[in-house]
Amino acid sequence: MRRYFARALEDIARDDPRVVLLTADLGFGVLEGFARDFPDRFFNVGVAEANMAGLATGLAEAGYIPFMYSIATFAALRPYEQLRNGPGLHHFPARLVGVGGGFEYGTNGLTHAALEDYGVLRLQPAMQIVVPADDAQAANALHTTYDMPGPVYYRISKREGLHIPALGGRFHPDRAECILDGEDALILSIGAITDEALAAAELLHDEGIRPTVAVVSSLNPGPNEDLKALLTRFPVALTVEAHYASGGLGSVVAELIADNGIGCRLHRCGVSDAPDALSGSETYLNNRHGIDRTSIARTLRESPGL
Amino acid sequence: MSSQKINPASLRRIILEESKRAHVGHIASALSVTEIISVLYSDVLHIARPDDPERDRFVLSKGHAALALYAALTLKGFLTLEDLHSYCGDGSLLGVHPERDLVGVDFTTGSLGHGLSFAAGAALAARLDGSPRRTYALLSDAECNEGAVWEAAMFAAHHRLCNLTAVIDCNGQQALGKTADVLQMEPQTERWQSFGWRPIEVDGHDPVALQAAFAEAVRGETPSVVLARTSAGKGVSFMEDKVEWHYLPMTDEQYASALNEVAADR
Repeated sequence: MRRYFARALEDIARDDPRVVLLTADLGFGVLEGFARDFPDRFFNVGVAEANMAGLATGLAEAGYIPFMYSIATFAALRPYEQLRNGPGLHHFPARLVGVGGGFEYGTNGLTHAALEDYGVLRLQPAMQIVVPADDAQAANALHTTYDMPGPVYYRISKREGLHIPALGGRFHPDRAECILDGEDALILSIGAITDEALAAAELLHDEGIRPTVAVVSSLNPGPNEDLKALLTRFPVALTVEAHYASGGLGSVVAELIADNGIGCRLHRCGVSDAPDALSGSETYLNNRHGIDRTSIARTLRESPGL
Repeated sequence: MSSQKINPASLRRIILEESKRAHVGHIASALSVTEIISVLYSDVLHIARPDDPERDRFVLSKGHAALALYAALTLKGFLTLEDLHSYCGDGSLLGVHPERDLVGVDFTTGSLGHGLSFAAGAALAARLDGSPRRTYALLSDAECNEGAVWEAAMFAAHHRLCNLTAVIDCNGQQALGKTADVLQMEPQTERWQSFGWRPIEVDGHDPVALQAAFAEAVRGETPSVVLARTSAGKGVSFMEDKVEWHYLPMTDEQYASALNEVAADR
């Protein structure tokens, strides 16, 4: 997805001279095209995320649309106060690109596991969150949102070739996109883990449990009206995310249910324990922490209220 | 640039009046930068209108000296006296630290260590625009404890942002004591030089010397830093270099005494 996203950014930069790309010394094999085509608008700021966020603030004040690129944990967490006091408080159109959600950096270890990035960033009222589920949606989401007012955080998958046919690349910040229909339960998924959520739902369909699967790709605000309508239709909902179970989509949906008095029993599939230091692939770690297809299916199958 | 000169003593008087009326502190921090603000807004910053895209940018990175800035913006005519007198009032845009929503404030500040990055970004934007506008950032010496200041310093030097001038208000005082005792930042001259900046050391309470320093700063191919040697609380003898005047509001007696000293200095 990250290369697909970078190509889309190059397309946009060709037409819009306001687009500037900053990277905190990451993006090998991803950003070379932009650097080659727009050398005057590409800056490797060095391993200095806090300064990158401040630079973006200064650039945005003058009318530029600066993109900041790094691994999701470094992008979102290291410069958190700079993001808050810079693009956040100023309502400037700076864009933060965090690559590698959840355990996508696998064997790189816990420092690289982005389990709270959009959860903490959504606490900044001005910060739009965009978490695409596949390549086509990432490109569409970028074209749709790159010049909106105020800051945006894009959590971009490190995996390549993500394709969810039923999604058709659709993106609208106010829409939850249904990719599988069913009548027994509702699965709400966000980001690249959507392929696992869909696979889990298909396993359940084979067993006679037929959940609807809807993709949420934006938060803060998210597709609240669509979510309320969906939650009202089902007795049980399960949120799926490569993130801590608290703070992200699961919390957003819990807030919606509570705020609106919706009679839907919610279960949240995310990382709910403090991760230990055991290394491994993304597949291994997703399984270990209960967010792979088998675990997602089991969680819904065993859900009280189903 | 306005030809109107802003007298440092006028800034001091406003700082005392408004601090007293609002019963707030941070007085010494504002008094420390009165000559710097005076020279910037009298002789240095090109600001035809506060919303002119081609105006020079100013980042008050040591946001706790905002009252000195409000005083200058008022004397420039960008703020009204009514605005000024709302300082720290309910519903006022003039708080202890400056907000961009206020006319004449380019960047919201208040948390130390952010402003030089904002300024480097603003200077980079001017370069990308091919614009001659310049960017100035005023930092405190203790603010340089923040690592992000040095990230910005490295970036600006690497990209030879000669359209950027930093001013360090070197008053040697920080929130809990002397800078030399809390975290030694000297030798500032050598530190900035080694980071690729051109340091210009100056008496920060001498307007003529400051004018010369700012004139010198626009020359050369690297960013410049004016190391302004100052005293916290300058102009009010009982406040000078006393840590408590980072915090305290004035009593009636102290206010009368402070005003007398400032009036005598005019």
